[in-house]
Amino acid sequence: MQYLAPTTVEEAVSALAAHSGDCRLLAGGTDLLVRMRSDMADPDAVIDLKRIDALRQINPEDGGWRVGAAVSGAEMGEHEGLVADWPGVVEATNLIGSTQVQGRCTMAGNLCNASPAADSVPAMVAAGAVARVVGPDGTRVVPVEEIPTGPGTTSLAKGELIDAIILPERGARSSDAYLRFIPRTEMDIAVVGCAVSLTLDEDGTCTAARVSLGAVAPTVLLVPEAADALIGTKVDDTALDALAAACSAAAKPIDDKRGTVDFRVHVAGVLAKRAAKIAKKRAGGAA
Amino acid sequence: MSKIHITTSVNGDPTEFLCEADETLLDALRDRLGMTGAKEGCGTGDCGACSVTVDGRLVCSCLMLGAEAEGREIGTIEGMAEGDQLHPLQRKFIEHAALQCGICTPGLLVAAKSLLEKHPDPTEEEARYWLAGNLCRCTGYDKIIRAVMDAAQEMREAS
Repeated sequence: MQYLAPTTVEEAVSALAAHSGDCRLLAGGTDLLVRMRSDMADPDAVIDLKRIDALRQINPEDGGWRVGAAVSGAEMGEHEGLVADWPGVVEATNLIGSTQVQGRCTMAGNLCNASPAADSVPAMVAAGAVARVVGPDGTRVVPVEEIPTGPGTTSLAKGELIDAIILPERGARSSDAYLRFIPRTEMDIAVVGCAVSLTLDEDGTCTAARVSLGAVAPTVLLVPEAADALIGTKVDDTALDALAAACSAAAKPIDDKRGTVDFRVHVAGVLAKRAAKIAKKRAGGAA
Repeated sequence: MSKIHITTSVNGDPTEFLCEADETLLDALRDRLGMTGAKEGCGTGDCGACSVTVDGRLVCSCLMLGAEAEGREIGTIEGMAEGDQLHPLQRKFIEHAALQCGICTPGLLVAAKSLLEKHPDPTEEEARYWLAGNLCRCTGYDKIIRAVMDAAQEMREAS
């Protein structure tokens, strides 16, 4: 295996595009190294993205934030501006693994690993985040929900990489939240995850919302019907019941060792209600 | 395939080693540098027995390539005591009998030291969450938490 450590995005893209064999990108490595060890991956080359300075930074962009593809969960949690604007995205990312894993894991890696149960992905989807994709033909900007196409697969073409996740501007009276269900208190994979992002007007009426579910389908879902259940309401009990029903209806999970279909369908609704309440409170809404 | 030459710093000492491209930092520490304090428990980032710090950040050395250590500052359990002088956490682990078989202990000590550097006055809950990625199958964790909280208090009083 070859280990490459380019110092610019251009170098990384040309190395990726030029390599004919199995060439993998290394951001945090918390999934890739596990796969290599368990013989699920045997790459011919690994391109380490952490020597590219720009990819290790969190910078303001168009009123929002550009988070480099090699920024760790721990670094996001320590960034006051990012936490203030997108607490749900940060709390979701900070749920990945242990303190040790937080020192390495990245949002872009979590997205490209393409697990339906990835914690940060529903939060990014609810936030309306976009991935900046760089490749041999230039740069394109792709909604995060269009990156994973199924468990372990993405829409990235050969030679393309994600160099940053861009979170949009967070307006007034707006916030987000992410919750997951796991049978333990830490160190587990989501049985169901749900993220809610919403905006309230001065009267406390919800004017915009996005709701996303994880671990209930082959990819993380954006659920417009669930957002519709909140928009135009005061996010009261009636609206929350409609939200829960929409989330349960959208959930198309499988039975596996972590949970049954019935349980996941039910819990999708329960988590949506709770996450919406947290997002509402964070946005300054009345309890 | 020729080996990669890595120049790094381990516990403050300039260090060089040769490693394969797909070799983990844990294997490089143990097999190239003879530093066997960090243990391989699971090899998949679940148990924390291989905990080290990289540029001050707590990580699992089994989830990092040795080649990534180029130019970084690595901290391991071997750098915790100063000569014969044990670190307060090490003393408190002994006093509280916070270990039995000892496999998890280097990782727990490195992780606990990193906790107290960031949060000198942690709540018990904060300590338990911080150390959730360090598995111990002997102690039931209670003595470990008592040792960490006691060491934290002693270190605060001493500073």
